Amino acid sequence: MADDIHFKLNGQPARLAAAGGGMLLFALRNELGLKGPRFGCGEGHCGACMVLVDGRPANACDLPTSAAAGTSVVTPEGLGATPEGQALQRAFIELQAGQCGYCLSGVLISAAALLRREARPTETQVRSALDRHLCRCGTHQRIVRAVLSAAAELADA
Amino acid sequence: MPDVAAGPPPAYLTRHPRVGQWIGIDGDRIIIKPGKVELGQGVVTALAIIAAEELRVRPERVSVLPTATDTSPNEDYTSGSFSISQGGASIRAAAAALRSLLLARAEGVLGAPAADLEIVDGDVAHGGQHVSYWDGIDDEAFGLAISDIPARGAPAAKPPSLGRLDLAAKLTGAPAFIQDLDLPGTLFGRTVRPPAAPRRLERLDDRRARLTPGLVDVVRTGDFLGVVAETEEAAIRAAVALSQDCVWAASPHEPPTQDGAWMERAASPPEVVYERHDAAPRNSVKVISAVYRKPYIAHASIAPSCGLARWDAAGALEVWSHTQGVFPLRRELAGVFGMPESAVVVRHAENAGCYGHNGAEDAALDAAILSRAVGGRPVRVQWSRADEFGNEPYGPAMQVQIEAGVAEDGAINSWRQEVWSNGHTARPGRGQGLSLLGAAELVQSDRLDDALDPPLPYGGSLRNAIPLYEAPDVTVIRRLLTQTPVRVSALRSLGAFANVFAIESMIDELALAAGQDPLAFRLRQLSDDRARQVLEAAAERVGWVTREADGRALGLAFARYKNSGAYCAAVAEVSGDHPLGISSLVLAVDAGRVVSQDGLRNQIEGGAIQAASWTMKEMAPVYDGGRPSGWADYPILSFSEAPSVEVVVIDRPQAPSLGAGECAAGPVGAAIANAFAAAYGVRIRDLPITRERVLAAS
Repeated sequence: MADDIHFKLNGQPARLAAAGGGMLLFALRNELGLKGPRFGCGEGHCGACMVLVDGRPANACDLPTSAAAGTSVVTPEGLGATPEGQALQRAFIELQAGQCGYCLSGVLISAAALLRREARPTETQVRSALDRHLCRCGTHQRIVRAVLSAAAELADA
Repeated sequence: MPDVAAGPPPAYLTRHPRVGQWIGIDGDRIIIKPGKVELGQGVVTALAIIAAEELRVRPERVSVLPTATDTSPNEDYTSGSFSISQGGASIRAAAAALRSLLLARAEGVLGAPAADLEIVDGDVAHGGQHVSYWDGIDDEAFGLAISDIPARGAPAAKPPSLGRLDLAAKLTGAPAFIQDLDLPGTLFGRTVRPPAAPRRLERLDDRRARLTPGLVDVVRTGDFLGVVAETEEAAIRAAVALSQDCVWAASPHEPPTQDGAWMERAASPPEVVYERHDAAPRNSVKVISAVYRKPYIAHASIAPSCGLARWDAAGALEVWSHTQGVFPLRRELAGVFGMPESAVVVRHAENAGCYGHNGAEDAALDAAILSRAVGGRPVRVQWSRADEFGNEPYGPAMQVQIEAGVAEDGAINSWRQEVWSNGHTARPGRGQGLSLLGAAELVQSDRLDDALDPPLPYGGSLRNAIPLYEAPDVTVIRRLLTQTPVRVSALRSLGAFANVFAIESMIDELALAAGQDPLAFRLRQLSDDRARQVLEAAAERVGWVTREADGRALGLAFARYKNSGAYCAAVAEVSGDHPLGISSLVLAVDAGRVVSQDGLRNQIEGGAIQAASWTMKEMAPVYDGGRPSGWADYPILSFSEAPSVEVVVIDRPQAPSLGAGECAAGPVGAAIANAFAAAYGVRIRDLPITRERVLAAS
């Protein structure tokens, strides 16, 4: 329909009904069946629902669906198609950088955006990029090491 | 392999004695059926490793059946760091029994004793002949009792290495959590509760909520209030409208006072729970008396609680929950609905890490109540962030008073410890049937069952309350608090965090008063070699000379979790430049026989960082009457604040495996306090150790 919201989702054309009027997170999870963005707080504080909108990390829980119109959205499901996403997934497996893993899909989104922007980020830059994410299991150090390791792998490639 | 590490059979093997209750073969795969559940701690992977080790197969061949009341053995709760020591022992025994059955069959075919057989990933060979595990064994064999099967050994093997089985799904955005389960026709539920529920619902006007497009129903039963809708947005809108259009009675609980005077009013008379008086008392040349306090701490799981439920036409209930105990939850649900347990199935599904008793089971009951109200259609209830902070049980506040003296020769002479605390567990299936918010609301009660305090040897408030240091005169007293100003229940390590924080702070104070180095002071008064060795290992790794040397300020602490579990020593280093003030934590751990080196390290690292967050940042502000509603009210450690963590593992292949998920908490809390004392000469006895408190004390 004419007033549907059209956007790119993980590289493919996608459409949502404008009438819903809700937040992008619920549209992705409940209408489009993409569970990668996780529901954490619904208030944009924890980062579990992070997606890339035109390459920039955004909390899908406080982003109105209408704001996605005309953009390119990448969810954790789509990260594997990018060199940064692949390197990150390999590094996180290699370093076993996860415990409960609830925060991880959002963390990878922010990390991918960082690596796209900064080929060789410093540890401080990594931490600062991840400060939008909360981890309760205490996996912080492994996660930081995994992001740095992915950056090194990409730079050496 | 003769299993030197097995010890007595775990209790759950007695309850579920047969091979097939724990393990099976499906084609060329081994299926294990643990009763312990994945809470993000990696236990499922560790159990797969144990089965693979016993069966001499690649761990990739092992599948783990999700825990459910209709297919799994009842191993009660996954708690108290018992998953490896008990759950692991069950799987190890079952896998060893299955190996014995498979090898007995191979012996018959190959005509050679088991000890002479070569086993490679399920292929059993002798003299050029082969038998495969995957040819199977008679179904009847799975009905045999594990204890009746003659052991057939195999050459000793090192535990295989296996990465977390659940990690890939969590890195690729695949469905992995209870929130991601979609049953056909699932509706969206939300509950409407004030903070500090259960409270009486005095007035309700649901007309506005009922106008919400997509609403299926507003559900009010007794004081239980919730909504069911076709979409998640509609459920949220209707719930918000309802919450604005209803009036709740005040909480019947008196808020605690900031100065701790409420504890005086609420405390039971002193109860001596442990004493030893080995020698005629000597005179103490130094006596120190101090009070250490720990505030209420939230579990603060990254995802709020979630429950999914449906009823069938015959009145049977099926529930998905991230509970730590599917069987106790089944019992509680059956009680609430007045139905036999056989008509309820509870299936475990993962959520974010819980670290104890959060809102998981409340949300499960919420889903069951809402589903029943809409004719049994599946309903998923998602608590909001405010629901979780507002109504999850907190880890109890505690106060630990210690009076201790050292004799002239510098040895600890006397120790008197009083532990002030609420009970530490109000878990479902344990109390009088009112452990869940919905259960109380259905019968219009504004009170829940009191938290119980598990007795020693493991203890709740008394966990780690008995010091392990040699002292001739020791008295430990409990002052159980009978009022619960705020809902409390189990939080990772229960009372051990406060007790170890207090004991190890006091040890530091005594060492200082006696003019001794804190490491030497501890080593001198610990007779358990394994205790001494973790202390020495941690000290060696940081290059311990004394608490302040070469411009460094270090704090040291030690505990053996539950006085019977893993040994852990921690050293914290203060750095004024670090955002947290603590730049590094070094831990040494002895958890007996190690199942997974990396899994163990991951648990210790995580436990250490979480404890650093509790110690430096966390206090649920119940004192002002309002509970936190979001992360802004309850900050936890950030990526920029996390200190570095290094873990030294002492593997003891000949000793029983000990759970390690909780052993780091107490030592880290005390090591940090001791490091601040070394750096700034201030002794902070009230947690959290905030910058303001350090400045005020300097």
